[in-house]
Amino acid sequence: MVQPLNHQPETPSQTAGPYVHIGLMPTYAGNAGYYDEEIGVSPISDGARGEVIEIVGSVHDGTDWALRDALIESWQADSAGRFPGQDGADPAVSGHCRFAADAVTGEFTLRTVKPGPVPSRYGRAFAPHISLWIVARGINIGLQTRIYFEDEDNEGDPLLARIEQRPRVDTLIAKKIGEGRYRFDIRLQGEGETVFLDI
Amino acid sequence: MNDLGPLIPRDREMHPEPFWPDYKTSVARSPHQPLLSLESGPSEETGPTFGHSSFGPLDNNLILNWTKGAAPAVGERILMHGRVLDENNRAVPNTLVEIWQANAGGRYRHKKDTYLAPLDPNFGGCGRTLTDENGYYQFLTIRPGAYPWPNRGNDWRPMHIHISVFGHSFGQRLITQMYFEGDPLIPLCPIAATIRNRSQLDRLVAPLDMAHSRRLDFLAYKFDIVLRGRRQTMFENKPEGM
Repeated sequence: MVQPLNHQPETPSQTAGPYVHIGLMPTYAGNAGYYDEEIGVSPISDGARGEVIEIVGSVHDGTDWALRDALIESWQADSAGRFPGQDGADPAVSGHCRFAADAVTGEFTLRTVKPGPVPSRYGRAFAPHISLWIVARGINIGLQTRIYFEDEDNEGDPLLARIEQRPRVDTLIAKKIGEGRYRFDIRLQGEGETVFLDI
Repeated sequence: MNDLGPLIPRDREMHPEPFWPDYKTSVARSPHQPLLSLESGPSEETGPTFGHSSFGPLDNNLILNWTKGAAPAVGERILMHGRVLDENNRAVPNTLVEIWQANAGGRYRHKKDTYLAPLDPNFGGCGRTLTDENGYYQFLTIRPGAYPWPNRGNDWRPMHIHISVFGHSFGQRLITQMYFEGDPLIPLCPIAATIRNRSQLDRLVAPLDMAHSRRLDFLAYKFDIVLRGRRQTMFENKPEGM
């Protein structure tokens, strides 16, 4: 027998199901006041440095129907590209947010500050981006993707550079729809399918 | 900040199939294109931290937390406990574990659940806690009931508790479900069946743990959770294209 590796595999994922909001966003589920303080209500607090922006969008299935039960988490750096906990990071940026598709319209809104470029381990910085993690009924393992911005310099971003089919890069880029406002739609399947990550 | 090394890539063979026609909702909600695989970077290797200060004393006691301690929920009283570890078998301390579940009759306190089983006025169905320095967590709750759902003609979910774990980085983010030892509905469930590797599915089934049950009070079920680990190495070369 060879030596044992002493590794164990990751616990397998399961779908978050239709009632994920009970656990992660009690107020949204109709159970306001369950906790004194809910987690991920906003990624920023008053005084956060940088440009405050609003990103709206929806999550579409393979029939182009917008999901009404999706829950999304975002994670991002502050306006200087520093993550919470790193030296000099903006104390008014928690970086983490939970938001849900509206039960009637399917639209979500993320209000945050625009992140700065993030250095990579190998020198070339990542263009400003927000990481997303999408869970819902019918999604067996959370889907990871990123929001980039059309009015930033995305040339040379190490992740975008790795997308072989260049038209698909566009699926990760939020479109400006007004001053400080962007639209980012997520397509789970089919035409215009969003690039999802294994990272 | 120290560079702890990249996250160990996910072994997707060990995870559920995204496209699983017996679980009908997955058909239109699973990507057709392959995922873009990259080594993790700062966006995946960092993550939010949560302080004890924002937690209430009953947050991990689902028997009492909906009524703020005024009246207990009805059902089979259980302790759900275990450890959060990483793939290298290291404890994951101070990490957020959140759970949600149906009541003893299989009914969720959610505006969209219309199952005819009644709500328990004393049960809300969610809890949260931070693991201690050894990665331990515990919840006191009632065992959830099985419930029917509109999938195939007569599908019923096994008894289960939904679990969300953060770990220390956004790339470790995981949601899963805990099942109960001996539940005959597990082999019939199309959601459980999305995990093709039978030994992996078994790892979602919590054994009865009499040693941690309390006489005349509650039964215990043990459930350990393993998150992605970090690949620590002295040698780093520049990967192609980065």
